[in-house]
Amino acid sequence: MKFTLSWLKAHLETEASLAEIDARLTMLGLEVEEIVDPAKDLGGFTIAQIVEAEQHPNADRLRVCKVDTGSGIIQVVCGAPNARAGIKVILAQPGCFIPVTGDKLKKGNVRGVESQGMMCSWRELKLGEDHDGIAELEADSQVGAKLVEVMSFDPLIEISITPNRADCLGVRGVARDLAASGLGTLKPLVVSPVKGSHASPISVSLDFPEDSQSACSMFVGRHFKGVKNGESPAWLKDRLTAIGLRPISALVDITNYFTFDLGRPLHVFDAGKVKGGTITARLAQPGETLLALNGKEYALSPEMTVIADAAGPEGLGGVMGGEHSGCTEDTTEVFLEVALFDPIRTATTGRKLEILSDARFRFERGVDPAFLVDGAELASAMILELCGGEASDLVIAGAEPDWRQSIALRPERVEALGGVAVETQRQVEILTGLGCTVSEHGDGLLVVPPSWRGDITAEHDLVEEVIRVNGYDLLPATPLPRPTMSKPVLTPGQRRAAWVRRQLASRGLVETVTWSFLPSAQAKLFGGGAAEMHLANPISADLDCMRPSVLPNLIAAAGRNADRGFKDVCLFEIGAQFDGPEPGQQRAVAAGIRSGRALPRHWNEQTRPVDVFDAKADLLAAIIAAGANADSFQTVTDAPGWYHPGRSGVLKLGNKPVAYFGELHPAVLNALDVKGPMVAFELFLEALPPQKAKATKAKPLVKLSAFQPLERDFAFVLDAQVSADAVLRAAKNADKALVTDVSVFDLYEGPNVGEGKKSLAISVTLQPFDKTLTDEEIEAVGKKIVEAVVKATGGVLRG
Amino acid sequence: MDELKKIRDEALASVAAAGTLDALEAARVAALGKKGSISGLMASLGKMDPESRKAAGAAMNEAKDQVAQAIAEAKAQLEAKALDDRLARERVDVTLPVRPDTVSGRVHPISQVMEEMAAIFAQMGFDVAEGPDIEDDFHNFTALNIPAEHPARQMHDTFYFGEREDGSRHLLRTHTSPVQIRTMLSKQPPIRIIAPGRTYRCDSDMTHTPMFHQLEGLVIDKTTNMGHLKGCLLEFVTTFFEVDEVPVRFRPSFFPFTEPSAEVDIGCSREGGELRIGKGASWLEIGGSGMVHPNVLKACGIDPDEYQGFAFGMGIERMAMLKYGIPDLRTFFDSDLRWLKHYGFVPLDVPTLSGGLTR
Repeated sequence: MKFTLSWLKAHLETEASLAEIDARLTMLGLEVEEIVDPAKDLGGFTIAQIVEAEQHPNADRLRVCKVDTGSGIIQVVCGAPNARAGIKVILAQPGCFIPVTGDKLKKGNVRGVESQGMMCSWRELKLGEDHDGIAELEADSQVGAKLVEVMSFDPLIEISITPNRADCLGVRGVARDLAASGLGTLKPLVVSPVKGSHASPISVSLDFPEDSQSACSMFVGRHFKGVKNGESPAWLKDRLTAIGLRPISALVDITNYFTFDLGRPLHVFDAGKVKGGTITARLAQPGETLLALNGKEYALSPEMTVIADAAGPEGLGGVMGGEHSGCTEDTTEVFLEVALFDPIRTATTGRKLEILSDARFRFERGVDPAFLVDGAELASAMILELCGGEASDLVIAGAEPDWRQSIALRPERVEALGGVAVETQRQVEILTGLGCTVSEHGDGLLVVPPSWRGDITAEHDLVEEVIRVNGYDLLPATPLPRPTMSKPVLTPGQRRAAWVRRQLASRGLVETVTWSFLPSAQAKLFGGGAAEMHLANPISADLDCMRPSVLPNLIAAAGRNADRGFKDVCLFEIGAQFDGPEPGQQRAVAAGIRSGRALPRHWNEQTRPVDVFDAKADLLAAIIAAGANADSFQTVTDAPGWYHPGRSGVLKLGNKPVAYFGELHPAVLNALDVKGPMVAFELFLEALPPQKAKATKAKPLVKLSAFQPLERDFAFVLDAQVSADAVLRAAKNADKALVTDVSVFDLYEGPNVGEGKKSLAISVTLQPFDKTLTDEEIEAVGKKIVEAVVKATGGVLRG
Repeated sequence: MDELKKIRDEALASVAAAGTLDALEAARVAALGKKGSISGLMASLGKMDPESRKAAGAAMNEAKDQVAQAIAEAKAQLEAKALDDRLARERVDVTLPVRPDTVSGRVHPISQVMEEMAAIFAQMGFDVAEGPDIEDDFHNFTALNIPAEHPARQMHDTFYFGEREDGSRHLLRTHTSPVQIRTMLSKQPPIRIIAPGRTYRCDSDMTHTPMFHQLEGLVIDKTTNMGHLKGCLLEFVTTFFEVDEVPVRFRPSFFPFTEPSAEVDIGCSREGGELRIGKGASWLEIGGSGMVHPNVLKACGIDPDEYQGFAFGMGIERMAMLKYGIPDLRTFFDSDLRWLKHYGFVPLDVPTLSGGLTR
């Protein structure tokens, strides 16, 4: 919403400065977006007179002028064709900033002649478009005076209006709010009914089905004859131009002016083009079309309100008029439409047809339902003033809807809800200033909001109005009462995510945050991409589908980093993956990737490419950080298709996958245009078994043995497909009391063990607790271990 | 006796002359070995008469002890020298870089700031609630007093999914406010929650990304008023920004789900082109807030005549940008390692109120 200061002051009597108005608007919730004050940049410009203008010795088009500044004569070189002796001009002297360029003016030398200033065109001052020559002022302008003292400038104010404040979509509404807050007084709006000279040859009617009566509840019309649709007067054109509207003709300009001045959209038809004697507001009929004023043809549907004559729709109610019956320079008979359209229907129509108009903007937010007749009278007076002619009597269909409502306000609610004490008398003043009718009612107040404040419907709305106009800066900052000692507030899942995050970061992975959506082609590679997971209106074709896995984004990110020259990438993200289209069909995942070399090149360490065990190590570390027991999961090898089928695994709890890990499938990397090797893991945080709630934080008593542990090594020859896990578990379970640890220290596949076989060497730690083991006992345990492994795996002890 | 002295002196001389442990050992064997010179003399004692044996034995033992001691001293010296020599040879260049296994990763600024916020609000008794990213119309709009045709829906550039069988469309939540609704539907007041999370708007330019993060706050009880809202946010911003005083300004605004509503500004200065949060001449908007609208309470089955409270929302990236001087919103989602390592946090920097939020 834009307006100029003088426009505002046409409604508001105030002594307040621009700065005060600026601050007050914002504190009233009418947020100032920008104030353009031309005078701000013109302080240094003065009025001067050219005393003498001579041809420049070295340039045909330049003149050397002697200029009277009021305090002396200076020399200015000027290229304007109209630079001649005698005219009064606007002079910039060195040090001035030229508004159009922002450059600081310096003394110059133009083709060998010194120039001590610059005479400006209107455009250079950003005061107009004229750049044909330098600005010429009236002959009686006082030489030496400051420009800002001689000319008046009208600052332009732009504010943003929240959707609830339809009343401030007219300048008068803004003035009313300022007045209510004490920044001046609202000038009265004097409505003097225009006396009709004839009966309107066009009548109006409303024709709506029973359930759609509100589509247009009232229609006020008036016929004019003998009008001359010429140019608007300068003041009107100036106001419209200032807010970015192009003056067109007096009749069109009047409708635009009412829209912005009083928030009252109007429409004028060329009465000569109206077919039949009646203009009817009705719902569109199937198949009807309208060529609108914007030159586009629209297909209408039956929920839309049209203004129609005998020939069909002539306008879309509350949205836009029709081209056919629009006014032109030749128009002499017009019909004025002042109607009230339903907000929801207007919004729906506008949205469906994708028409943005100033009328729609206002009707969908709610136009004053009690300002039709007065609006028509004011518009009539202006039409007669600017275009001459004669007005008919008013024709009216429908009636003003019942907008009055009485709201009880308990004055103490202002403090109870708003937090600031405001005296009852002050509350009454504020509400009255906004146009409310306030009366006493029992212990409290009875408030009838004005017709233009359809947003005030209940007590809390009144509380807001009171504390708003009273000033939000007067709200106290009251500390929130709080628990005497705060308790941990994170859920177990939130704590887990935090532990996992810091664990992974401490292992060298860098946390990132990537979009929840991705290209559907990538989603398909990771088991997603179903039609129901597509966005109907994606921001781009690249981000059209919800991610079925966090990995594709991480892989793509690694690719982008590699393109920047960083090939060893370790990234992780903790976020949702989406399994279905319903709320809640998402899982929290901690996913990570490593690519390139596992270690940077080092003078004393061998580097190597990342492999599946790097991913597995990250995964196990994350699981341990989450407080779960990594040994409680089964490791199986049926990882999803985006992993290398032979170098990947799944951790399962029962039937439920808890995590995937492995080398990424080369075909997947290829499809994502990323170079390997790259390994990854995905841990489903909610699939981890919940941590057991414990009654006490005490740890179990530590059991320390007085006897030394001993290690025994065994090597087995096994079928190649036997898992190390089977061997370790068998050894560990061979004697649960004595065996405390089992680890793999060697793996051999080759000619010494034969085709399809491998040798796996394990180290078993035995920890006696009650006595030192005898050789026989050690041998017996060793035998048990070998037997257990042989039984579980079918392998043999390597001789 | 002269012979004993001579043998002793010869032995001592060869011990003294021994430059290596091997030479020393040879000298020891030559003097004290089974066939050594002193051992040989001692063997002759048996042939002596007891008187002579006593005197000669004492002299021989003394000579033997002298030689043995000389050998021990020489050995200690030679060993010390040998160790010194070895250590001198074992010198390495300690300026060489260490093994590369201690490189630390980073925590993303969004995660870090969320943890900071949780730490502060936990102190004020707020729980941390969560909700789904894919939402239905009811939770994202209708229950929040945004009916289907409300112009306020135009304030949200909503990502929609395809039409479902019943004609409705699910969407990506445009704010974290649906978590308010889910919370109020599932538990009775008093309620104090914050809800951090991902939010989505169909908007992408210099200052907007299609996905971003918000922190929602909700307090519902019988007495909380707008002054508490201002007090709560004042305490929050002062603690969060870790400066002495961060003024808070409320500006009237409009949100369908709050009434009265306020935009929240914090004080800052822009002197010399540098933005500093704290007392100053300028204001910066950080979020929206207000008293929960009675229609929202009603939609959640809470009696607005009995209960009231406030809600607020703020952008997490924006707060991170303001606190840590991060210039560009879009870079948060670029996954550029250089950026992540620069603006990210080392894992040991766990924000706490006792130790300070930030190092």
